[in-house]
Amino acid sequence: MEMFDQLFSLLGATIRMATPLIFAAMAGIFSERSGIIDISLEGKMLMSAFAAAVVSYETGSPIFGLGAALFISMMLSLLHGYASITQKGNQTISGLAVNFLASGLTVTLGHAWYSQGGLTPALKNEQRFTAIDLPGAEWMGENIPVLGSFYERVLSGHNILVYLAFVAAAVSFWVLFRSRFGLRLRATGEEPNAVDSAGISVAWVRYRAILIAGSLAGFAGAYLSIAQNASFIREMTSGRGYIALAAVIFGKWHPRGALLACLLFGFLQALETRMQNVELPLVGELPTQLFSAIPYIITVVLLAGFIGKAIAPKAIGRPYVKER
Amino acid sequence: MTPAIELSSINKQFGPVWANRDIDLKIMPGTIHGIVGENGAGKSTLMSILYGFYTADSGDIHVNGRKVTIRNSHHAIDLGIGMVHQHFMLVETFTVLENIMLGMEGGSLLFKARSRARKALEEITEKYGLNVDPDALVGELPVGLQQRVEILKALYRGAKVLILDEPTSVLTPQETGQLFEILRTLRSQGVTVLIITHKLKEIMAITDNVSVMRGGCMVAHRQTSETSTTELAELMVGRTVLLQVDKEVAVPGRTRLKVEGLSYTDERGVKRLKDVSFHVRAGEILGLAGVTGNGQSELMKVLAGSLPQDSGSFTLDTSNGVYTFNVNDYRDAAMMRDCSVGHVPENRLVQGVVKSFPASENAILGYQNKEEYGSPLLDPAKIVAATEEMMEAYDVRPRLPGLKTANFSGGNQQKLVLAREMMKEPELLLIGQPTRGVDIGAIEAIHRNLIDARDKGAAVLLVSVELDEIMSLSDRIIVMNDGMITGEVNAADTNEMELGLLMTSTNRKDDEAMATAVETPKAEAVA
Repeated sequence: MEMFDQLFSLLGATIRMATPLIFAAMAGIFSERSGIIDISLEGKMLMSAFAAAVVSYETGSPIFGLGAALFISMMLSLLHGYASITQKGNQTISGLAVNFLASGLTVTLGHAWYSQGGLTPALKNEQRFTAIDLPGAEWMGENIPVLGSFYERVLSGHNILVYLAFVAAAVSFWVLFRSRFGLRLRATGEEPNAVDSAGISVAWVRYRAILIAGSLAGFAGAYLSIAQNASFIREMTSGRGYIALAAVIFGKWHPRGALLACLLFGFLQALETRMQNVELPLVGELPTQLFSAIPYIITVVLLAGFIGKAIAPKAIGRPYVKER
Repeated sequence: MTPAIELSSINKQFGPVWANRDIDLKIMPGTIHGIVGENGAGKSTLMSILYGFYTADSGDIHVNGRKVTIRNSHHAIDLGIGMVHQHFMLVETFTVLENIMLGMEGGSLLFKARSRARKALEEITEKYGLNVDPDALVGELPVGLQQRVEILKALYRGAKVLILDEPTSVLTPQETGQLFEILRTLRSQGVTVLIITHKLKEIMAITDNVSVMRGGCMVAHRQTSETSTTELAELMVGRTVLLQVDKEVAVPGRTRLKVEGLSYTDERGVKRLKDVSFHVRAGEILGLAGVTGNGQSELMKVLAGSLPQDSGSFTLDTSNGVYTFNVNDYRDAAMMRDCSVGHVPENRLVQGVVKSFPASENAILGYQNKEEYGSPLLDPAKIVAATEEMMEAYDVRPRLPGLKTANFSGGNQQKLVLAREMMKEPELLLIGQPTRGVDIGAIEAIHRNLIDARDKGAAVLLVSVELDEIMSLSDRIIVMNDGMITGEVNAADTNEMELGLLMTSTNRKDDEAMATAVETPKAEAVA
């Protein structure tokens, strides 16, 4: 029983760790499937984490905090979009600029407003999204072997955003592969000429795609500061935007694949915190840095040969210029 | 009868250049109308105006007698004008059905849109006899079928006027035949077809009327039955043109190049060359025919020293000696040049010149270490003098050695590369698509130069997708399909149909005669 409890709480932690990755990866899929490289996921998450913490603290409502996160993240998307769609600039550079902007602005504003070394003041529980216990979780955990424990530790006890992340993945799949908008979006990332000659505006499709990406990245950022934690901490995204991009590639730009990749990476992160100071037989204590590096190593190694070639959308990274 | 399309006094300027000047054009409904002209004559601009990509600076467009201003391609589609672009506008990862309904889904849910589109498509397929599997992935279809999907796309959108831009440039003769069948069916169903091409033979074969453009102006309208290729060529160029190349019978000498069992696999693991064997003799032109992308490019690159083969070898026998290049033998492009091999790359605008360099520097590119240019330093005066000589001989315009190469037209950049490679009088000349993008007037001169090189004893390996060119220049022709040589024929006694069949054949034809042909000269060389 003890073993199952431990395993299930590890899986529960996996889901909590995976949540921001799932939001961000879905954001990445929308953006990249439309042909826009979105390296700015990191910056959008960071900025929206900051906005969520500030607004939640000032208004006392996590809903307003979340709203602010979505708004600011979509604004950054528009900035990225203006540079890379309207002005046809380099998408990677423009994304990088967003990341620098977010990294600098969050710390500077945090300092100026709260003078706590870039942190925002700690949030009270009612200013955050807190864990929801599903009905009967505790009772089942105590009385039903294995399954009850699974219900209590894996399915129950997460905040609302965690459940929303899985909904977001399902909705993303549906939108991309079952709706007209999805068909056009995918076509735009593959062959914008075909979309244009069909009388559809490539720029408008791409703007909508990055706005969706912006809102999803906003969820990811808000989750970090007002759900998983109780304040904004400088650089609190710590590379999650990039890991999410790795998950997008690993999942071959498909919501299902990316979801699984995010869960795998979430599992590794959950393991990382549990493996600190743990002596393993034969190898001894593993450095935690190794676990942080594993998502990238896995992505590279698996892409190099085990899961076949990940083929990016054909038009990715190329600004659309009307042919003569 | 009201014309389906009527253009009057259309003008379009790009900066100081008149792309279209005072264009009048009438296209009658239910006819096939051809528009011919050299590159840069303004055909594409005119079609772009008709399809709403550009708006004309001035002039009127009437569709079915109604005056319209076509704002964008969506608007053109609404007016019943459909376009099949030279480069297909298809999403390769989508199915035929998805491609056809893109932009015309008729509902926000794909599930319903699909079944509706499938039904509509079936009706069109039946009416025009255009069969394609709606669930096939477009990327996996052969080019001819992809083109059919483009036509279906236009018809699905209710096109009554179909514009085809250079529709046969990627097709085999058989596929071209099928396309023409389709166009005739469309015409019989009342569709108006507008076809842009530079292939005069096709104009004669398929159109009812033809309009000729030159230098942005419309110079003539003719009924196809009352004109000839000669007249059309003259109208296009503005002077008399020799369409047929005059040449003596070849007097082949020793074997200059012998290729034995050459294979090459590209970095994606695709076998591009499969055990290719052939030979080229001094004083003959060997034509290599085939649909683009069947290994010709790779073969040329291996022979020019820029790709290593996986297996097999090739032997050069020039005045510099006999060299055999086996799998692991080091070679590079410079070494090949030292062996008197000239190479005009297929894609010379990318591989043949550095566009930001002045013409004079490109004129010696690859030969910069030659003593005549002042090696080990570069002597600008000598280089400019040599460039001027090349420009004179190959009629490169303008005659400005110092002008940046990018500022020359494509055809003139091409001529510069040809001059550079051919004026060195190489003993083996590898030449890819010698007249791609070159105007009819210049083609004549380039063909003449190739024949002259042959008559002076050069061995020429000619790769071209233009069958006419292969047939009129070559002495022998080998055909490649899917990385294999599928046949060898005598240029004098073959025809397009035979070549077309070989171009799609999957049977290997080895160079059997080669062994005997090579033995003697090799023995000589060794002795």
